[in-house]
Amino acid sequence: MALETTVIEDKLTEKFGDKVFGFVDIKDMFSFEVEAASANDVLRFLKEDAVLRFNFLTDVCGVHYPDNEVERQFAVVYHLHNWMDNVRIRIKAFLNGENPEIDSATNLYLGANWQERETYDFYGIIFKGHPQLKRILNMDEMTVFPMRKEYPMEDGGRTDKDDRFFGRKPDNVNNN
Amino acid sequence: MSDLLLPPELRYAKMIEQRQNEDGSELAILNLGPTHPATHGIFQNILLMDGERILDGEGTVGYIHRAFEKIAENRPFYQITPLTDRMNYCSSPINNMGWWMTLEKALDIEVPKRVQYLRVIIMELARIADHIICNSVLGVDTGALTGFLYVFQYREKIYEIYEEICGARLTTNMGRIGGFERDWSPAAFKKINDFLEEFPAIWTEFENLLSRNRIFMDRTINVGPISAEKAMSYGFTGPNLRAAGIDYDVRVMKPYSSYEDFEFDVPVGQSGDTYDRFCVRNAEVWESLKIIKQALEKLPEGPFHANVPDYYLPPKEDVYNNMEALIYHFKIVMGEVPVPKTEVYHAVEGGNGELGFYLITDGSRTPYRLHFRRPCFIYYQAFNDMVKGQMLSDAIATLSSLNVIAGELDA
Repeated sequence: MALETTVIEDKLTEKFGDKVFGFVDIKDMFSFEVEAASANDVLRFLKEDAVLRFNFLTDVCGVHYPDNEVERQFAVVYHLHNWMDNVRIRIKAFLNGENPEIDSATNLYLGANWQERETYDFYGIIFKGHPQLKRILNMDEMTVFPMRKEYPMEDGGRTDKDDRFFGRKPDNVNNN
Repeated sequence: MSDLLLPPELRYAKMIEQRQNEDGSELAILNLGPTHPATHGIFQNILLMDGERILDGEGTVGYIHRAFEKIAENRPFYQITPLTDRMNYCSSPINNMGWWMTLEKALDIEVPKRVQYLRVIIMELARIADHIICNSVLGVDTGALTGFLYVFQYREKIYEIYEEICGARLTTNMGRIGGFERDWSPAAFKKINDFLEEFPAIWTEFENLLSRNRIFMDRTINVGPISAEKAMSYGFTGPNLRAAGIDYDVRVMKPYSSYEDFEFDVPVGQSGDTYDRFCVRNAEVWESLKIIKQALEKLPEGPFHANVPDYYLPPKEDVYNNMEALIYHFKIVMGEVPVPKTEVYHAVEGGNGELGFYLITDGSRTPYRLHFRRPCFIYYQAFNDMVKGQMLSDAIATLSSLNVIAGELDA
């Protein structure tokens, strides 16, 4: 008997109450939100519960929503997979825009290590309890977190490229 | 501050001093990489050595980081495909097809059966090319250059098939949303059939050369093993996970592109060592050949692309002679196509494991966020764990059997 998404929802609400919410099915994927403070407990419960058995952490990544209110400007997205029942879920934890912090999942999945380092490297999200939270793909001397939306892809001072006709914002062109 | 945050050479300097004081032995730091012929890619490993034995190591990655995720946020969907080519460049068609399927899932596009079968054929050819490289290079790293040169001719034949289909060889940029840019030519099918005819004998010979070879077995058995539990916790997928004994395969767990229509086995190993990884890849090549044969036999007639004029480029003759087609051509090329606001995760079984695309769209012409789940990146973190206590030469064999592709690792 496959694991129904309603069972996941019921079990989580029973255990965590209103700390988990926003259950929705988007494009074959059951998703919900979790309060950042209890994210680690929820992940542990999902992994260790005898019915849920989400044994595999597929992916961790960050998202930046600069247009949201301060409390919800960053999101850490976890994709979990239960191999026994073959169910995938997506969990989102929204974080504060000025001080993004969440507990590290390295205590549950060894594979979270580099993925969290990558998320830190690009978004500046602090994973508390991570054994080695330092940059991974960018160089250590870098001072910014480049995947945040406020960093443009190209140097704003470039004058050799005029993109106005191609629907891009003329950031790099002097319009005067 | 935790010691682990220090640069490894500082950490190791302490350990070296400690050992010196304890028993007078001299440990050494060895810098393996970033450009070393045996690493097959640009990654650095700083190893703490006791003679020939590795005590500890730390990898530095990111030397060819090209900010694909950032670039993707600034590009319309069609222009992202060339980025996916450059991730696992040993099997680019799988990356391309995975990306199209992600988009089709986001846009709710139903793809004709013929396209799905053609995609399966090209993805399995790419898998064979990927495994040819990995296994033959493992031979090279353990001292057998012959097998490598021998089977590489057939990688070349696969590239000729790509060329016949899309015009490119390594970074293919193959296909469109909803199908292929053109129907496959009879020459392409002929080349595939020739390949299917000639390759099995070659691959048998290659297997015979290595799989029961005393030297090769001594160099690979019990080298760089990983247990099933650990592999799972580290996020291993693909042949490396299956070598540890877990039969997880995206093609079976969540069939995409009609994989459910084909009969094939998922080969698994037992001990998760270098030899098992070699054997699993060998066996997967045979399974891929089986799938291609079935797909060619059952290949249905029909269109080679879905009927989605909003996303699929109109034929060139129409673009030159017909106003509407020209408009559509322009709109699609510039990315002015309707995109719903949605979130999609789609995974395909890449050459190295589960290659996932996590796409968030906000209705504009570019993705709001595109994250690539790159199997190499996730399992390479286990490397230092796997080689601890092993000899240096074993580390080289382990690295090459993991098939870490720098392009995919660094995105």
